[in-house]
Amino acid sequence: MTALLATERIKLFTTRSPWWSMIMTLGITVGLAGMVALTHAGDRPLTVEHSQFGSQFGLMIITVMAALAVTTEYRFATIRTTFQAVPNRTSILLAKTAVVTGLAVVVGEITAFGSWAVAKLIDGGPELSIRDSGDLRMVAGVGLVYGVAAVMAVAVGILVRQSAGAISILLIWPLLAENLVGLIPRVGDDLRNWMPYVNAGRFLNGVDPEMPLSAWGALAYFAGVAAVLLGTALVVANRRDA
Amino acid sequence: MIEATGLTKHYGRTVAVDNLSFGVGEGRVTGFLGPNGAGKSTTMRMILGLDRPTSGDVRIDGEHYRDLKRPLTTVGALLDAKWVHPNRSARAHLRWLAAASKLPYSRVDEVLDIVGLTAVANKRAGGFSLGMSQRLGIAGALLGDPRVLLFDEPVNGLDPEGILWIRRFMHRLAAEGRTVFVSSHLLSEMAQTAQDLVVIGRGKLIYQGTVDDFIANATENTVVVRSPELDRLTELLRADGVSLVADGDAIRVSGVDSAAIGELAAANKIVLHELNPQIGSLEEAFIQLTGDTVEYTAHTDQHTAPAEPAGATEEAPPA
Amino acid sequence: MSLLTAERIKLFSTRSPWWCGLAAVVLPIGFTALLVGQANGGLEVGVTTTQATANLGRSVVMVLAALAVTTEYRFSTIRSTFQATPNRIAALLAKTAVVAALAGVLGELVAFGSWGVSRLLKPSADLALDSADDWRSVAGEGLVFALAAVLALGVGILVRQTAGAVALLLVYSLLVENLIQLIPTAGEDIHRWMPFVAADQFIGVGQRIPDPAFGPWGYLVYFAGISLVVLAAALVTANRRDA
Repeated sequence: MTALLATERIKLFTTRSPWWSMIMTLGITVGLAGMVALTHAGDRPLTVEHSQFGSQFGLMIITVMAALAVTTEYRFATIRTTFQAVPNRTSILLAKTAVVTGLAVVVGEITAFGSWAVAKLIDGGPELSIRDSGDLRMVAGVGLVYGVAAVMAVAVGILVRQSAGAISILLIWPLLAENLVGLIPRVGDDLRNWMPYVNAGRFLNGVDPEMPLSAWGALAYFAGVAAVLLGTALVVANRRDA
Repeated sequence: MIEATGLTKHYGRTVAVDNLSFGVGEGRVTGFLGPNGAGKSTTMRMILGLDRPTSGDVRIDGEHYRDLKRPLTTVGALLDAKWVHPNRSARAHLRWLAAASKLPYSRVDEVLDIVGLTAVANKRAGGFSLGMSQRLGIAGALLGDPRVLLFDEPVNGLDPEGILWIRRFMHRLAAEGRTVFVSSHLLSEMAQTAQDLVVIGRGKLIYQGTVDDFIANATENTVVVRSPELDRLTELLRADGVSLVADGDAIRVSGVDSAAIGELAAANKIVLHELNPQIGSLEEAFIQLTGDTVEYTAHTDQHTAPAEPAGATEEAPPA
Repeated sequence: MSLLTAERIKLFSTRSPWWCGLAAVVLPIGFTALLVGQANGGLEVGVTTTQATANLGRSVVMVLAALAVTTEYRFSTIRSTFQATPNRIAALLAKTAVVAALAGVLGELVAFGSWGVSRLLKPSADLALDSADDWRSVAGEGLVFALAAVLALGVGILVRQTAGAVALLLVYSLLVENLIQLIPTAGEDIHRWMPFVAADQFIGVGQRIPDPAFGPWGYLVYFAGISLVVLAAALVTANRRDA
């Protein structure tokens, strides 16, 4: 497995997309945190939550990066070279998932703590201190959410194989479709409670007592959906022609 | 040793490979011959476990490709030179392949040197010419120092220099005792490279055996004769029941050898300007054998092979 | 005219426009059916309610429009295009016209499809198109879709890369415009000038801007203006750089 992880690590870091997605995620989220801290005024103090203003934006960039890590392999047919070198498709795709997820977690932690640190430097208000587990989860949890989102993106990438299709699904689903589900009368709210990205948000931003899952339960649910999708993707990749 | 038995692949309703059985012997160059679209690439992908056969089986040294441990150390393959990420450098491309096969990175520099890409190793592969991409693909195939090598149309689209390089390279690999299985739709190319042949048309096996037998069995040997008294010689030959056809200011005689024709001319005091035995070409043999299984033929590249007699390759086969 | 024909053939002879077109129409209408079908006496279904999911179609149409040009760059057919029509502006305008027309048709299909399915499912609701405002809310989608396609095409020409263009368009229209609102103090003031917010004001969906700067048609003109500026920037760029 270490050899496979090394393979996928080399593959990921010898193209440009992980680099620019890291720089963009870092630059934009930390930049937004700084901007919020600078422009903030008025009666309500700046909170830890404010410092994570750009995290959803970073989430989308990481999602695109993770999807591209797979779809570009299909586009340039390097997936065939890959399966030729490692015919055990499940293990090499799991190695890829692990590498991409690892990167997503690291980028998530750096951007989250970076954003918080920048906000704290600029504002320094007491509400910005990480005082309880909820505050910590809000910052440190970003990496976990990015990681699970990366698994989701890799899975969708394997299933769809096409950059445009995978990115469209992965962006329209959390940004629009999950919100529209909430608009459905009567059942909408119940359905929305079981939407994966809604649960990711709930994990980060605290729990509404009305919700069925605890914060960590929500993350586990988000991870569960990702795992099921990945499992499906692996089965499909094993069955079809490369 | 590659052994295919009853290999069949359907894509929807299209039958790409149809009950194909053949063997590729060890330590020899085996040509895999067939027109474009005959199912050569599909067969190669099935050998490599990339595509699943609809039915049938193909094994390498008795094992399925998918069951090989560190497969690049057993089988090296170049199916398509463009299967590289354009933004990755040649060295990076080979490095990840090496990592996947647990090979030392020093091997990357070795193969880069073998194919002569050391100078451009850190350039992005997307900027490579076809010839350079082909070399990079071959470097990837050689990485694990495999006993078996598969090449799909390695000279396709290359300039004469590139073709010569590849051809020499194949010979070198075979001389090192490796098994080389190389596909082509260029018959002349196979005549120069291969010892054995597997010939397919429309997914079906047409011939398996040596190149020499293929030519001997499938072609008629003819003799071109030129003479100022061609009419008289024609009459004499016809009287003996020999078949011949007019070919410009010469005749093309089949069924008898040049010695018999020379003796007949001498006995009748006929002057001969030319008495030229023609050895059957792969092209003729191929068209003879495949007949209507030829779907497409390519021509232009054959001009790079000066040893080829003109003729058969230029004619459009019956559709 | 021949340019339009050429671009029409190009667009419809590949598969992605068909898939995108199908998804752009089916998804919002299906969602509307869910939305309206579940509504009981409590929820008031009005004409604009039927257009609440149209943005789903608009997003897919933007992907379609971006792909129409980025795939040309990907497969280098843009070179053949510019070889056949050295006047790049004319060639790209013809493409824009064809894509915008298709987007307009898809927009009308989405709008009237959603409205029709709502009428079917909730015959009791007041869904008659009996005012100019009602007509604008429904028939106006075609204009919004077409202009969104023009914007997407412009971005596609500028970015040239499928993944980049699609990600930029979707993240911007679905996330950035909303996030901006959350910026303390200045957020609301910037948000009211966002192009897709303007498009929503024209249709009458999404949140209402307090003290709007324009009437609905003014907002449409504003949205059109931004789309055309992006397109113009794209045309100038395409004309300058190597194909």
